[in-house]
Amino acid sequence: MAMTQSRARALLLAPAGLWYVTLLVFPLAVVLIFSFGERNPIGGYAPGFTLEQYANLPSRFAAFRNTLTLAPLGTLAALIIAYPLAYYLALRVSPRWKTTLLILVIVPFWTSILIRSYAWIYLLGGNGIPALLEALGIDSIRLINTPFAVLVGIVYGYLPLMVFPIYVALDKLDKSLLDAASDLGTPPWRSFVQITLPLSMPGVLTGSMLVFILLTGEFLIPAILGGGKVFFVGNALVDLFLQSRNWAFGSAVAVALIVIMLIVVALYARAIRRFGASRDDVGIM
Amino acid sequence: MTDKTKPITRQKFIEELRRYEKGSISRRHFLEATGLGTAMMVMGGAMPGLMPGRAHAQDLGDRVVLATWPNYHDAANFDRFKDEAGVLTQVNVFGSNEEMLAKLQAGGSGWDVFVPTNYAISTYVEADLIEPLDLSKLSNYDPAAFDQRFADAGTINGTVYAVPKNWGTTGIAFNSNKTGGIVDSWKTFFDGARDQFDGRVMVHDYQLTTIGNALVYFGHSFNSVDPAELADAEKLLIDVKPHLFAISSDYQPSMRNGDAWLTMCWTGDGKQMNSDMPEIGFALGREGGEIWSDYYAIPKSAPHREAAYALVNYLLAPEVNAREALAHGYPVADARTNALLPEALLKDPILYPAAELLSPLEFGAAVTLTDPNRAELMARFKSA
Repeated sequence: MAMTQSRARALLLAPAGLWYVTLLVFPLAVVLIFSFGERNPIGGYAPGFTLEQYANLPSRFAAFRNTLTLAPLGTLAALIIAYPLAYYLALRVSPRWKTTLLILVIVPFWTSILIRSYAWIYLLGGNGIPALLEALGIDSIRLINTPFAVLVGIVYGYLPLMVFPIYVALDKLDKSLLDAASDLGTPPWRSFVQITLPLSMPGVLTGSMLVFILLTGEFLIPAILGGGKVFFVGNALVDLFLQSRNWAFGSAVAVALIVIMLIVVALYARAIRRFGASRDDVGIM
Repeated sequence: MTDKTKPITRQKFIEELRRYEKGSISRRHFLEATGLGTAMMVMGGAMPGLMPGRAHAQDLGDRVVLATWPNYHDAANFDRFKDEAGVLTQVNVFGSNEEMLAKLQAGGSGWDVFVPTNYAISTYVEADLIEPLDLSKLSNYDPAAFDQRFADAGTINGTVYAVPKNWGTTGIAFNSNKTGGIVDSWKTFFDGARDQFDGRVMVHDYQLTTIGNALVYFGHSFNSVDPAELADAEKLLIDVKPHLFAISSDYQPSMRNGDAWLTMCWTGDGKQMNSDMPEIGFALGREGGEIWSDYYAIPKSAPHREAAYALVNYLLAPEVNAREALAHGYPVADARTNALLPEALLKDPILYPAAELLSPLEFGAAVTLTDPNRAELMARFKSA
């Protein structure tokens, strides 16, 4: 009996295990090995063992700085916009409209992010929003190819990934808790802060992680809406692998990015858990 | 097999056609059984233009993969190639020679034909990624018809690795309504970027041309890898960067909508914009700049080698090449093709600039492409 059970478990785990080894462990090992190698004189990778690539990391400081400021900023902006939307969808909208509105949130995903980013070139370009503002008497301003344009693109592109986890968390919320709080004379803002917000925290955590992790690897939106002037680590990686073909250094940059991301995500998860723990006195979490 | 001298009956022909449509016999069997193959061979023999070389004599497979540059072909030519040779051309578009090289170096590209620029070919040979060409399979390639300047980079140590496709220059495209006239020097280009054209200038996202033209600004060689001269170029580029509209090789949309007034520009893009919007002009930098030549080549790893030869040979046929040139607006080095092009095109100052304007231009060198210092300079410029 025990034998069959463990065999069944092994069988069930096999696909996931195979997936992890071939698509996660193996490529990561290759990147790690490459990062200690050298650049082949005509480009590519030459085997070796040197820490030279890691010593050279400060030359990409600006790329790390841009990524590590715009990624958290983009995550925060997406969160601020997504939360009220998810709240509305989960708790306020009539069931008749719910499905339609939820589908509308996903609709943009039916088109490639590349095409949608190109649309923003025209919206933010000289003949788009700036021309509209000028017609309204506001002096012409440059929007396209600025960090602001990249931020707009980021929030636009990643919003649904933030909306859905928060929506799911709020949708599962036990409404009787809110009724009880109201019966006991709690003002609505207090029941939001003490009940709704803490209970939606898992959704906020998931959404923020999802958006932040994807943003740290982002290269398309800065390239298209930043006009090549807003340089992310993702752009540095694309250049290192496809232009200067310095695979060894590119691998070291990738390893550094993964390490930084792991640290940031671990700190973030701990902070959120602390936040949850401090609410324990309310007796909800 | 059926007796090839006896004409096929009408009923038998329809039967064979149905079998071919259902897929129960091959195209080759169909052509043989119906005598159509023989008919095509006879007609092809009489009118060589109808047949892409020995295409029908051997099995080419059903597809060929071409790695090339954006806006660089007449799509209708690929349809004709499909009709004539039964081979579907799959086109992959790339942004730089480095990107192509990286994909071939990584392996498994699946390409049959690609389009390297003059300075990249020796690196492919060194890396053993490129096939020495069997010229007997390229009957449409006539070395005597080509201007040697645009053909000689394809031959390395006496072996032909690549045959010429098109040539061109890297100059300046300007919107004369905004710039108030012609901009034909890199001095005006870089100085204006920090002055009267502030926020309106674009440079390529490509180290070869962006660094090269910054070097030319100081009177250095476009191909310089001298550290002191590169330091000059770096200082200029970093000083100009905050004033640039963008660092991007996709400059047509921004030039066309008026956001950008001035950009580094390849010949064909200049021609395409000028044809649609006459206020956008194209000029060569008086101090110099780049002249280049693209080639057709076959990677060693080509999965459909015979189809690759057939496609290159087809595209080199003068009447096919002339249709290509009419579509993409890049000059051709083949005298036989030029004889078929309209007079107006041959006199076009964008496509075929006067000889004295071309003389200060330089061909990119192999080291210019692979020099690690230039690559790092570009990275510092982009992340500054």
